[in-house]
Amino acid sequence: MDDVSFDVHDGQIKAVIGPNGAGKSTLFNVMTAFDRPDAGSVLFDGDEVTGKRPHLIVRSGIARTFQNTQLFEDMTARENVMAGAHAVTKAGFFASALRLPWTVQEERDVAEEAARLLRLVGLGEWTNTPAADMPHGLRRLLEIARALAARPRVLLLDEPAAGLNMAETVALAEALYRIRDEGTTIVVVEHDMGLVMEVSDEIVVLDRGRKIAEGPPRLIQKDPVVIAAYLGEEEADEL
Amino acid sequence: MGAVELLQFALAGLKNGAIYALVALGFTLVYAATGAINFAQGEFYMLGGMLSVWAYAGLGLPLPLAGLVGVAMTALVGGVFELLAVRPRKDGDLLAIIIITVGGSMVLSSAARHLFGPLEKALPAFTSTGTVSIFGAVLEIQSLWILGLTTLAVVALWYLYNRTSLGRAMRACAVNRDAARLVGIDPRRIVTVSFMLAAALGALAGLAVTPLTQTAFDVGPSVGIKGFAAAILGGLGNPIAAVAGGIVLGMLESMSIAFISSTYKDAIALVVLLGVLFWRPQGIFGASRREKV
Repeated sequence: MDDVSFDVHDGQIKAVIGPNGAGKSTLFNVMTAFDRPDAGSVLFDGDEVTGKRPHLIVRSGIARTFQNTQLFEDMTARENVMAGAHAVTKAGFFASALRLPWTVQEERDVAEEAARLLRLVGLGEWTNTPAADMPHGLRRLLEIARALAARPRVLLLDEPAAGLNMAETVALAEALYRIRDEGTTIVVVEHDMGLVMEVSDEIVVLDRGRKIAEGPPRLIQKDPVVIAAYLGEEEADEL
Repeated sequence: MGAVELLQFALAGLKNGAIYALVALGFTLVYAATGAINFAQGEFYMLGGMLSVWAYAGLGLPLPLAGLVGVAMTALVGGVFELLAVRPRKDGDLLAIIIITVGGSMVLSSAARHLFGPLEKALPAFTSTGTVSIFGAVLEIQSLWILGLTTLAVVALWYLYNRTSLGRAMRACAVNRDAARLVGIDPRRIVTVSFMLAAALGALAGLAVTPLTQTAFDVGPSVGIKGFAAAILGGLGNPIAAVAGGIVLGMLESMSIAFISSTYKDAIALVVLLGVLFWRPQGIFGASRREKV
């Protein structure tokens, strides 16, 4: 990746698109400190993110999902989401071992919030199902609910629609709207142009590690540079 | 053999099984957090007894307080051991970590020998040296303590795993380290906590047994092997399976004394260990791993 720079504003859904190998996943890995940039930095709310250890990133308000869902397979949907709240719970070992009243209260709050988030992404009926037993499309939604449990201000989604069927994609889009309407900013890397054009407020186009365009969906669709980049790609006709 | 004698052997098996269960839980906790076997686990059992004796006889603390000090100090030793010996191995190479724990085991037992001497040490029974009769079979009151404390520890651990955010973080780490990091869990902290808990559980076993069998600087390895066999027998990584494995192993040993000969008692654990590793490496209670494509 080379010299890519863009801003994301509060309450937006921003999509990052580009042909295969354009550097989209690398971008996310750098933003969440799973990869280190050779140069440059990621600022969040004016604070440096680059170089922090991954588990601290989420505490600064950035949460993400992976292309291959990374769930806690033998835990139930609810437990997965509750684990997602780890960064925002305070109860330490001794406090919870002693069942101090506020840890019991906190545990109850976390459980309630988990149930609410599962309903928000449309998984209200799957609360007690182990993650490993859920269908692929719903596992994606579960990973999103888990990321939300950390109360992020920005949610990074890496190809959330990959492998989803039409109905599942529609459910995903609806969940994304509901999440944005709660005030969470969403940055999504996605191949499914239908979904991207429908949900995003703004789009950044990457090609071979460089930003070649940025703007609202209507303009991007007509941008000659973008069309040229996609020519020869299978997705050209979908644009 | 009469029913009473059989019951007598079963009770002895249950008592030993409870001890193996506590030690096996230690193996399983560290395995879940790191994927490695901690061969210093037996030394935590030894330290639990030795440090409690030191607090009781050396410092003159009352017995319950001395026991608490012994367990707490062992937990501390477990944490420090992890910080100084395991954590510096940053790449998490499993074979290296396992060999580090073997070395650590030797360091801990030699240190105990230097500090407390080579002689056997004892503690008084927690409440009384008497016995109770159960349908004609005789059981020491101290054995009731062992069973009670094991039950308490298992319930506490269950609660920790299923009802607290720390326990959830420990399970999350065991299942998927990357995802755990993603939700803000620091796996290194979980590893330290796991070592401390494992040490505390081993120490509790060592403390509870000392009034019955005495303790010394070199009791660690043999109990370590039994606990390891129990953890493998149940299925590594699963706390409930570790407890079941411990009880089953204790019973097998006891029944081998009853029906074969006491000569082979200690060989049973090794035979079980090898048998399980050959025929059912995931343990009797461990489900074969589900892989998703």
